[in-house]
Amino acid sequence: MKKQACCAYLSKVVMGFISLLRGMGVTIGYFFSPKKIVTQQYPENRESLQMMARFRGHVSMPHNEKGEHFCTACGICEKTCPNGTISVLATKDLSGRKVLGKYIYRFSQCTLCNLCIESCPFGAIVMGKDFEFAVYDREELIFTLNQTQENANG
Amino acid sequence: MNLEPVNNFNPDEGGIPEGFSRTSSATKSSEEYFLNMGPQHPSTHGVLRLVLRLDGESVLGVVPHLGYVHRGLEKVAENQTYLQNIHLTDRLDYLSSHINNLGYCMAMEQALDIGIPERGEYIRVMICELQRIQSHLLWWGVSGMDLGAITTFLYGFKERELITDIFEELCGARLTMNFFRPGGSFADVTDGFIPRIKQVIEIMHKALDEYNTLLTGNIIFQERTKNIGILSKETALSYGCSGAVLRASGVSYDVRKNDPYSIYDRFEFDVPIGSIGDCFDRYCLKIEEMAQSVRILEQAVQTFPEGPYRSQQKAVYKLPKGSYYSQVETARGLLGTYIVAEGGPKPYRVKFRSPSFSNLNILNELAVGHKLADIVTILATLDFVVPDLDR
Amino acid sequence: MTENNMNPLSTEMLYPVQNGIGNMVRTLFPESAFIINSLISICSLFLLVSLLPVFLIWLERKVAARFQARLGPMRVGYHGLLQSSADGLKLIFKEILKPEGADTFVFFLAPILPASATFLVMAILPFDHHLQVADPAGGVIYVIGISGLSILGILLAGWASNNKYSLLGAMRSGAQMISFEISLTLVMLLIVMLTGTASLREIVLSQQGTVADWWIFKLPGLGLIAFLMYMVSSTAELNRAPFDISEAESELTGGFATEYSGISFAMFFFAEFVNMFVSAGIAATFFLGGFLAPQIGVAFIDPLFAVIPGFVWFFLKTFFVIFLYMWFRWTFPRLRVDQLMYLEWKMLLPANLLLLMSGGFFMAMGGIL
Repeated sequence: MKKQACCAYLSKVVMGFISLLRGMGVTIGYFFSPKKIVTQQYPENRESLQMMARFRGHVSMPHNEKGEHFCTACGICEKTCPNGTISVLATKDLSGRKVLGKYIYRFSQCTLCNLCIESCPFGAIVMGKDFEFAVYDREELIFTLNQTQENANG
Repeated sequence: MNLEPVNNFNPDEGGIPEGFSRTSSATKSSEEYFLNMGPQHPSTHGVLRLVLRLDGESVLGVVPHLGYVHRGLEKVAENQTYLQNIHLTDRLDYLSSHINNLGYCMAMEQALDIGIPERGEYIRVMICELQRIQSHLLWWGVSGMDLGAITTFLYGFKERELITDIFEELCGARLTMNFFRPGGSFADVTDGFIPRIKQVIEIMHKALDEYNTLLTGNIIFQERTKNIGILSKETALSYGCSGAVLRASGVSYDVRKNDPYSIYDRFEFDVPIGSIGDCFDRYCLKIEEMAQSVRILEQAVQTFPEGPYRSQQKAVYKLPKGSYYSQVETARGLLGTYIVAEGGPKPYRVKFRSPSFSNLNILNELAVGHKLADIVTILATLDFVVPDLDR
Repeated sequence: MTENNMNPLSTEMLYPVQNGIGNMVRTLFPESAFIINSLISICSLFLLVSLLPVFLIWLERKVAARFQARLGPMRVGYHGLLQSSADGLKLIFKEILKPEGADTFVFFLAPILPASATFLVMAILPFDHHLQVADPAGGVIYVIGISGLSILGILLAGWASNNKYSLLGAMRSGAQMISFEISLTLVMLLIVMLTGTASLREIVLSQQGTVADWWIFKLPGLGLIAFLMYMVSSTAELNRAPFDISEAESELTGGFATEYSGISFAMFFFAEFVNMFVSAGIAATFFLGGFLAPQIGVAFIDPLFAVIPGFVWFFLKTFFVIFLYMWFRWTFPRLRVDQLMYLEWKMLLPANLLLLMSGGFFMAMGGIL
């Protein structure tokens, strides 16, 4: 009985030791295989970074070469937004039609939920791929998405 | 009245912190003291605060204090439309955001009687299982780190990254997905979806072996977890535990099996159960769950059908008057979503029954009598997410 | 090599460890040679002590990164070589905060003790045949005695911080280091018993010959076991993972160093790394032939190895042991405090006594030497 307990104790010590060695085998495997390194050198590889096609970086409004967009200032996106991120300020053009004056997008409030893009009946807004938006002042995160007279030139 | 307001707590005057009784279970000769663990503590995984009553290193009592990330999501949900609320569920248990979305969407589908196309169901199941593996991988890494093996943290994240990439390709987000919609999902899968899943399946087989060699088999790890924090079947049931915590105690209850939702009844998978409900059982169970999720993925990849991914789409959803409940098995346990609708575009009341909250309540039962270091082990295997506790 | 006839003692006896520089100074300034040589050795040691941790911290981070499939520091200098210097500089300029209610004198004394302890042990490490600051006959006893000083530093730090986490960490560390010191001493005693000397230099010289004459291989089986014992107990003595219960960042946030910041934290950190070097150096001295070149019995390699200066071998062997420490740290989970005590008092200590006994038995039977 006592001999058995002693044997069990010794085998536990030996098996424990082997288990430790096996664990060390796993880590040393990684040590000697640089191919397994997964780290990316981020700011250095900025040129070669490929964002996923559906990446949700921020809301943006694509314009064609003439500076035109699809937005009709219907305001559905504004209503869909859960956080009050979007303000669509409509105005009237010379013929009295309702057109988009200013499309204000407050990035600091946006949760990037994609609801505005889904709800837009005209496909006027899409998700942009940029992600480097760190600024020192929250005011800098309020964007005007459509090209108006002032921000087209500036 | 045993309880005193916490502001009046002054240990020098013999004060007792909130939640503890004056009478101590310690022996007369011991000098007990209170230790505040958190809300800024590396192993409370966020902003959970524990007040410990200690005698040297031995734990005499634990009182968790919640509310440091309470955002009032249930109240916010009352002021937003049904569709807007889906993105709030991302923020419950951020490691199973897809599954949370599914739970909420299922409640809406139940109310509006929306059917889901075959392909949509497959997408849901596959994504939910990926999410479960992803969450368990993070848990595995973090629980290893809690026990002092920092390397596991990075190995877990290495594999998790592949799954996160799938999610990013699919819905553009890596954490707060907001992908599922009533009737399916907001987009179809990409061309790279199935090949990427096949890659994950292949890698996960190897990775699980590696994890078992590195941590599960390790004698120090086994000594640290075996017979620590034993949770009996009766206690687990009476506290309303769910998920791996419940199953480790020997109760075979998995919503996917016992109350199948989506198309889980079509797949073959086992619900692993533990024997005595100690930390090691809970740990092994989660590792086994990953293997089972891989098994479901293998089957789903084989039979992934073509066809539409979403049944119908509406700009505004108005749920008919009544109350609706759905439950899903998240990576942590049973998540119940209860919606009371009054017919308008906004819910009257939304209630989430979160798994982490019920699972954390047993902490005092598990920790008493163990050492300070075991609290960390128990917290790691309870596997809670603090925003899921507070909501 | 001027023999002073007035002196009854020869230089060989006065200065058992000689090298070119020391002898040159002695020839040039026979009067003040003692002081100049002391200053030179203090300065060179000081240089080593201040440069070593900087390199070791970089090495630790790099090795850890490779174990974890990462790159580690890459930005500051070539592959981040200057990273730890930059960190050190940052720590120097940081404000040193003292918690309310802390014992000011003890609080600031505590970080100095471990740092000075390691510096003292460095003085008797035999880096080469003729490169050793002092070679006291009882070198081993000196090492054991001095290393107790670093425990004192940690205990004081935990006591003075006025923080429950610090106190817990310090008490754990005190209990741990005092227990494991016994095992460490017993392993050292085995070698001392076999060599018949307590001078570190003599211990190295007793391993002359081929690799098989190193103490790790010289005793059949026993040497390897003794080496493993040394590794386990010195890892515990160093408070390194898997025995880092005194810091245990996931339990005690920072253990005894929770309340330290700036340069006083850096002192603990530096001492820890120099301690690791010293401990590895002693392992190399006791078991791996110290500064002796490995002679493997192959005719054309052996002379080649013998050409390489001894201190290179010493550093190579030391860094091999350091690598082992790092390998342990980045693989294993941490032990609990009671398991640690169990390991020492119920497993290592009896095993060590058994080892010592069988060592004595072999010696009496003439099985060794």
